[in-house]
Amino acid sequence: MDVKQPNKILLEVNGLKKYFSTGGGMLKKKQQVKAVDDMTFTVKEGETLGIVGESGCGKSTMGRTLLRLQHPTAGEVIYNGQDIAKLKNKDLRKLRKDIQIIFQDPFGSLNPRMTVGAMLSEIVRTHDIVSKKEEKKYLEELLLEVGLTPAAYWKYPHEFSGGQRQRVSIARALAVQPKLIICDEAVSALDVSVQAQVLNLLQHLKKKHGLTYIFISHDLSVVKHISDRVGVMYLGKLVELSDKHDLYERPAHPYTQALFSAIPDITEEKQERIVLKGDVPSPLHIPSGCRFHTRCPLATDKCVEEAPVFEQVRDGHYAACHYAE
Amino acid sequence: MGEKMDAQLKVEDLHVGFKQKKSSVNILNGVSFQVYKGETLCIVGESGCGKSLTSLSIMGLLPKQGEVQGGKIEFEGENLVQKNMKQMSRLRGNDLSMIFQEPMTSLNPVHTVGKQVAEVVRTHRQVGKKEAYSRALEMFELVGIPSPAERLHNYPHELSGGMRQRVMIAMALACNPKLLIADEPTTALDVTIQAQILELLNDIKAERQMSIMMITHDLGVVSEVADRVLVMYAGEVIECANNRQLFNNPQHPYTQGLIASIPKLKEEKDELPIIEGSVPSPEKMPKGCRFSTRCPFAKQECLTDSPPLQEAEEHTVRCWMHTDRWEEMTPWKGVDEDGREATEQDLIRS
Repeated sequence: MDVKQPNKILLEVNGLKKYFSTGGGMLKKKQQVKAVDDMTFTVKEGETLGIVGESGCGKSTMGRTLLRLQHPTAGEVIYNGQDIAKLKNKDLRKLRKDIQIIFQDPFGSLNPRMTVGAMLSEIVRTHDIVSKKEEKKYLEELLLEVGLTPAAYWKYPHEFSGGQRQRVSIARALAVQPKLIICDEAVSALDVSVQAQVLNLLQHLKKKHGLTYIFISHDLSVVKHISDRVGVMYLGKLVELSDKHDLYERPAHPYTQALFSAIPDITEEKQERIVLKGDVPSPLHIPSGCRFHTRCPLATDKCVEEAPVFEQVRDGHYAACHYAE
Repeated sequence: MGEKMDAQLKVEDLHVGFKQKKSSVNILNGVSFQVYKGETLCIVGESGCGKSLTSLSIMGLLPKQGEVQGGKIEFEGENLVQKNMKQMSRLRGNDLSMIFQEPMTSLNPVHTVGKQVAEVVRTHRQVGKKEAYSRALEMFELVGIPSPAERLHNYPHELSGGMRQRVMIAMALACNPKLLIADEPTTALDVTIQAQILELLNDIKAERQMSIMMITHDLGVVSEVADRVLVMYAGEVIECANNRQLFNNPQHPYTQGLIASIPKLKEEKDELPIIEGSVPSPEKMPKGCRFSTRCPFAKQECLTDSPPLQEAEEHTVRCWMHTDRWEEMTPWKGVDEDGREATEQDLIRS
């Protein structure tokens, strides 16, 4: 389970778990949803780590747990030598200056009754980024940087289009000069032409400020475009993690293979499509052994009984499958 | 294609808008197209381009403030625009069917899915309850719902998203429609489930000689299922061609930009080509070509004169670039007719 790389490690995640309890009424037994179940990976400084998976696989919960918007059930998230799970209030605030998050729906994550300027200056003051004198200038430059006009300072979120609102979200994340930004489906709600604009902006900002991204999305083409390494999640677990070229050219896990073959692509050469049978099992009733065995075309008795170990199959390419090539 | 095939649906110069207190806003501006028998026509465009409004007009399901301001919708030789509510509801679910993006909101949560499918059958066919249920069961088998007899008695919330969409398809197909309108049928689904549903629609279409009009914003899906593709922008048809022709040889600058701006699995690019700006709002629609404010090739006249839809064999396009007039047109000056600086356009081009 050793997934360490020689480059400088910014964030280290060890055996991260997040369980939710449901039910537990008079006659109902309490049940546990294992949203994130034993994830281990590292994020290197300056890279973009893409996380893909279908809805309900726990990718968003994972992102929120990293920032401790949700308290992890077990495991550790080490940033700067500190375990995020154990931080107290004051240190937690310091951490959130370094790690920021951008959500999918900027309508839901921006306060509708605050102007952009008021929102940004509150953040900047909370974290003491610049002096009050320089604040206005700093924020106007920030707005210009994300492709908005300084006039946006006086506007409310509803006055913007979807793409512009997402730019406001980006400005908000950037305002505190973070090192790591978690993008949770940051471009999924946008139209393709606007999506391309925002993706280019994210990449430009990354280069300019030396940022690191964790890019969570269900869109495999977008993740491939923006990431350096990609992790594939299925039912709360990483099933594969690798450099993006190796992953997209030679996927080792049958789930990854099926996922890639299912993407409708506009190029002419059509590949053989692996259509998976059935639906993703409910996280309340996780299958025994390998979680994917109920839908896997290669599954054997061994898969039903024994959970595969997440291990290296090639240089820097990890997968959890008994039959990974 | 062209004349050889019969048109199942013919939309001609359709204008649709919304009434407001004093005035009305025009959204669809002269939309014309045809759906031939047995083909899949995909309508693509970004949000707000009028693709959903087109399908709602065909179904006669426009919201209260919506009004058809002109044009014809011909289905099997009859003009749907002139039909009253009763006549339309006889057609809907029978010859014309529709499936929507989010099955959870279009299924009734307090009735079992079997009952809801059977109800459609009983509304349009003179059959008893028992027969209607057995028809529902048959449809469930057709759309590949596992253990269909038990699923009949489930409520919508007990089914997964993919299963719900299959129920919707079963309901839409229960009376053997001649035309199925699918409005973003797979947008809410995961890729692996999306692949299942697209395959299902394709199989059913081939089996039943049905026409499908699919509305989507996902060009990947379009390239998988479409026979012909119609591209819409800001309430107008700007390009129409058969599937491969459109993707290999897009003619309109907007279509070109759209195709270029999607990240592709088999290509590697540092930066994605983009279309600058965003779709103009209906109140601020440019006078000439509606794409002129974002078009990298725009000339002076593009801002003031609306280009005609050029009909060429198997490929129609609405752009001055493909007319004889293009050579004579004045290059972009960054200044509008009255000599004022067109600041917004300037920004877009800088």
